[in-house]
Amino acid sequence: MVTVDDYGTYQTAWCPGCGNFPILKAVKQALVASALMPHQVLLVSGIGQAAKAPHYINANIFNGLHGRALPVATGSKLANPELTVVVESGDGCIYAEGGNHLLAAIRRNVDLTLLVHNNQVYGLTKGQASPTSEGDFVTKAQPRGVTSYPFNAVAVAVAMQAGFVARGFSGMIDHLQTLIQQAIAHHGFSLVDILQPCVSFNKMNTFAWYKQRCQDLPSDYDPTDFEAAMKVAREWEERIPVGLIYRNERTAFEDRFPALDRGPLVGQEVDLEKLKETMEEYR
Amino acid sequence: MRDGSFNILIGGEAGQGLATIGDFLSKAFGRCVYSLVTTSAYESRVRGGHSTVALRVSVEEVASPNESFDLLVALNPESVKLHRQDLSAQGLIILDEAFEVDDEACIRVPFKELAKGKFSNIAAVGVVGFLLGLEEQALLRVLEDFFSRKNPQLARENQEALTKAFRWASELPPSFHRTLPPISDPPSRLIINGNQAIALGALSAGVKFSSFYPMSPATSIPLELIDKGKQMGLIVEQAEDEIAAVNMAIGASFAGAPSMVATSGGGFALMVEAVSLAAASETPLVIVVAQRPGPATGLPTRTEQADLEFVLHAGHGEFPRAIFAPGTIEECFHLTRKAFELAERYQGPMFLLTDQFLADSYRAVKPFDLKSISPVQAPSEVSALSTPYRRYAVTDSGVSPRLLPGRSEHLVVADSHEHTENGHITEDPSVRKLMVEKRLRKLKAIRADAIPPQTDGDVNPELLLVSWGSSKGAVSEAAARMRSKGRAVATLHFSQVWPLVEEQFTEALKEAGEVVCVEANARQV
Repeated sequence: MVTVDDYGTYQTAWCPGCGNFPILKAVKQALVASALMPHQVLLVSGIGQAAKAPHYINANIFNGLHGRALPVATGSKLANPELTVVVESGDGCIYAEGGNHLLAAIRRNVDLTLLVHNNQVYGLTKGQASPTSEGDFVTKAQPRGVTSYPFNAVAVAVAMQAGFVARGFSGMIDHLQTLIQQAIAHHGFSLVDILQPCVSFNKMNTFAWYKQRCQDLPSDYDPTDFEAAMKVAREWEERIPVGLIYRNERTAFEDRFPALDRGPLVGQEVDLEKLKETMEEYR
Repeated sequence: MRDGSFNILIGGEAGQGLATIGDFLSKAFGRCVYSLVTTSAYESRVRGGHSTVALRVSVEEVASPNESFDLLVALNPESVKLHRQDLSAQGLIILDEAFEVDDEACIRVPFKELAKGKFSNIAAVGVVGFLLGLEEQALLRVLEDFFSRKNPQLARENQEALTKAFRWASELPPSFHRTLPPISDPPSRLIINGNQAIALGALSAGVKFSSFYPMSPATSIPLELIDKGKQMGLIVEQAEDEIAAVNMAIGASFAGAPSMVATSGGGFALMVEAVSLAAASETPLVIVVAQRPGPATGLPTRTEQADLEFVLHAGHGEFPRAIFAPGTIEECFHLTRKAFELAERYQGPMFLLTDQFLADSYRAVKPFDLKSISPVQAPSEVSALSTPYRRYAVTDSGVSPRLLPGRSEHLVVADSHEHTENGHITEDPSVRKLMVEKRLRKLKAIRADAIPPQTDGDVNPELLLVSWGSSKGAVSEAAARMRSKGRAVATLHFSQVWPLVEEQFTEALKEAGEVVCVEANARQV
């Protein structure tokens, strides 16, 4: 039986009190609850404080470039669909630098789980606004407050009818673990936008701020109801609903490739006899 | 017909079916095993404008196109205006009888009557075929391969047009005949262009994943992989941009699928950061850069060799690479294979640098010998590994044992940061030094593997022509012509442009009187 210990314990480069810690714990617990062994899991990340998370989990890791975790994860999953692929990065990496890849990943619906540590600020580069920062947020780079409107990834993902869209909060760790576990189990693309405080650079959206607003969805909420999901996804002011907001059963991307019917690409022999036949077409 | 070759130019608007005439005649000549170079020039548009397809056919081996020609197939009157001055003394112009062109070289063809005004391009093939002495049956067999599988009705109508035109041409006076010398005992040939040969080379090397964003003149490589790779267990994905394309390929390669991306200068500019990622994460990757003229959007459908410096220096930081520059269709095939082998062996980015001229030009080549080759081997479980597995274990060669995630219980940790031997982030200066040295040590073996430049021609020549990549054929033919006029001329050609091993060519440079670098760009390198 796999246990949390199999996923290791590491020294981190995070600030004391960082929202990343409970997320890390929830991820490990979700992997264990999914009965996955470390070698069956590939964690892919970009750059940022959140993107360091895979280094603190004992599994296969590809820590690539800022913004580019999703394409790497897509390639890996297609090469070997037997891997459970989890992407873990921050709001800057996924929503800013990697924005185009997010839209494309939702459209492809590759079976991978995207965990976005969303603290509404850039931590590693020391406190600039992120795409999810709100208007009143003043930084050295945005001295008059944030002048662009915030990006609501959850609403965008629902609007695009992504396979699985959830919002979690680092302060609700068991709830978050369940969401991640469901996301991993979902056959297709899943987004879990995880709200978390940044104790060093975001003095506006603090732990208390989130704690006061984040509320679990009612037990009779139906995540297959698109109209309801659209409404819930846009709620933010007084109450921020957390939970599984939307899901559907669209065909996963990799199920459309005949090449994968014979198993992972990585294990397939190269048939030079077939190539020889193919070459005849050039005569 | 000077120098033993016969040259045909087909001119017209995009959308008039020039490419079909070019493909058709190329196949017909290729099956009759003439040596052949077919090149195309076209504008960056779908309809209209002015395009040409040029065929050079010869009993002797030819490897470059000719500027003048012996037969002009003018699909519009403008083609005559534009190209008349390049027509040889005995040259002929084939055009529609309806065109108001006053020229004694003209053969006026009643296309409306022969081809119902719909299949003029196929009718033109019939006329050209007869005049050059090709057999009607041979032409019909090519036609069958072109259409029958797709649309029997269309095939029949085209066949009628071809036959009518062929017979119409047979009534022309013998002064119009340009019968090509027959070839005895024909060995069979493939009619294939540079991009197709790269795709075939990649398939033979075992490519399993390719992602791309469409860009001329590289797009036909992934398209060929899609078409010809159907039976081969391969995924080709059109990405949202070139950045995604290259990162996907890196992800696929990391997980064990030999991977390739193909693009042109502007697309490659977007890929550059990930070149550095492939190097830092030590992930095998083959990158094809099919050059077109820049800067920026430049001339999207034309040719140039101006991105050597760019590809040579692309990517931040220091890391080894190899760059191959095929000069022939055969080299497109073999050097693609070599790039895959090197990428796998040295775990990093390897390049193929071609250009629109080579990418789009067809030649008749002997079928590639698949018996003596083997696909690259993705690493399998290594039993003798020290545990725990360290992805970036420091070794004498600089190459660390590579395992694949999920294929064993060993965990594979790859990182774009500077990392420890086990793949985790480090800022320790001593580890940094070890890792830089480890990566750069690979260059020693890559250098030892380098393909020496080819020298040809006179010893101690008065003139040495230096070239790389696609200009190989033109340069060697120019040298041969000069030699036939009594000049002592030699050539020095690079099919691998990096790394360079000085001992392999400095003598040749010293021995020559004058050294001239022949490149399709504006600079003196």
